[in-house]
Amino acid sequence: MARVTTGITSSHIPALGAAMQTGTSNNDYWGPVFKGYEPIKEWLKQPGNMPDVVVLVYNDHASAFDMNIIPTFAIGCAESFKPADEGWGPRPVPDVIGHPDLAWHIAQSLILDDFDMTIMNQMDVDHGCTVPLSMMFGEPSEWPCKVIPFPVNVVTYPPPSGRRCFNLGDSIKAAVESFPEDLNVHVWGTGGMSHQLQGPRAGLINKEFDLKFIDDLINDPEHLSLKPHLEYLREAGSEGIELVMWLIMRGALGDKVRDLYTFYHIPASNTALGALILQPEETAGEPLNPRKVMSGHSLATA
Amino acid sequence: MTETKKERIDIHSYLAAFDDIPGTRVFTAQRARKGYHLNQFAMSLMKEENRKRFLADESAYLDEWDITPAAKQAVLDRNYNAMIDEGGNVYFLSKLFSTDGKSFQFAAGSMTGMTQEEYAQMMIDGGRSPEGVRSIKEGY
Ligand SMILES: [Fe+2]
Repeated sequence: MARVTTGITSSHIPALGAAMQTGTSNNDYWGPVFKGYEPIKEWLKQPGNMPDVVVLVYNDHASAFDMNIIPTFAIGCAESFKPADEGWGPRPVPDVIGHPDLAWHIAQSLILDDFDMTIMNQMDVDHGCTVPLSMMFGEPSEWPCKVIPFPVNVVTYPPPSGRRCFNLGDSIKAAVESFPEDLNVHVWGTGGMSHQLQGPRAGLINKEFDLKFIDDLINDPEHLSLKPHLEYLREAGSEGIELVMWLIMRGALGDKVRDLYTFYHIPASNTALGALILQPEETAGEPLNPRKVMSGHSLATA
Repeated sequence: MTETKKERIDIHSYLAAFDDIPGTRVFTAQRARKGYHLNQFAMSLMKEENRKRFLADESAYLDEWDITPAAKQAVLDRNYNAMIDEGGNVYFLSKLFSTDGKSFQFAAGSMTGMTQEEYAQMMIDGGRSPEGVRSIKEGY
């Protein structure tokens, strides 16, 4: 039986990919960010932790989908996915290799569970999908696991509600658990945390909001899932709405989780960055040491 | 069947509330419709041959698109606030600033009225505080 063993969250900002590409990931600016990811990379290499398949929840940033097609929830069922050309040529990373059997199984199960999925048999994947892979796995010649890209619309309003996302996660969990093959499946929620990329209010960061969000995500996701869009917009910036995707990840982990690792950093370019490892309480491993890492301006006292 | 009745969100107040956020234009259906051609123009820059053609003669390339004169001028001026007023969305417009070899930080900074240096420093110092810029009406 397949099972969801782990939920991971990660920022997916393109500047992280650019830092790797330009060899600046060790400099004063990016060094602390990549250092904060180091324990996750190490943890993934430990026996039993490397997933067979990642269901990678992200938003397409006007790459695979233009203004002509705007699916709220889509799932990549293809054999493989090419990195998209987002205006500066495709990211020089390996193709993403899918798991069509599991992807189709999840797609069918979700539809039977009242989530009307859009099925993608051909799709390029943008930084939303490939930057988290780079952050977790570095620069291999091929990715060490299969990936099911799972794009969510958080660009054109209205995006799905937090509640809908949380419930979708629960349905993904059930779908995975009814897949007969023995697979270690991760669900990753990417994007966020607080940031705004447009208008005179650009550059907004809300540390208090972010830390409370992380805490509620771990301990009180039911309540967190009721947060209205307006509150994300006001408190976490116009692009902070990406955080609803973390609720999909959380919904896939069941009632109680153990937080193995939390990393929070301000700023990564325009954003506050959060990266977590969570596991379902019943099957959780040992927390990392240190369990919580803050860096950059997040350390400053308010 | 004892299912409780679904609580519905009132779409009018849902949308109206977005206008109360200072310095922010939420990408609603109304904006998406207005900016359709502008955003599709930006998407076209995902192809190398189009980027070349655009950079060789921006005005001529823009004339191939059914966009307003204001949108055209905004693109030529690289005025991102004006493009967003014309219904542009930053993720679509990212194809334009990527074509220019510019980053999200550059584009975001350019919309704030700050210099690039000032904006970068503000981010390093913890970013823009939400204090006072959450709501116009309520001023908090
Ligand atoms: Fe994003």
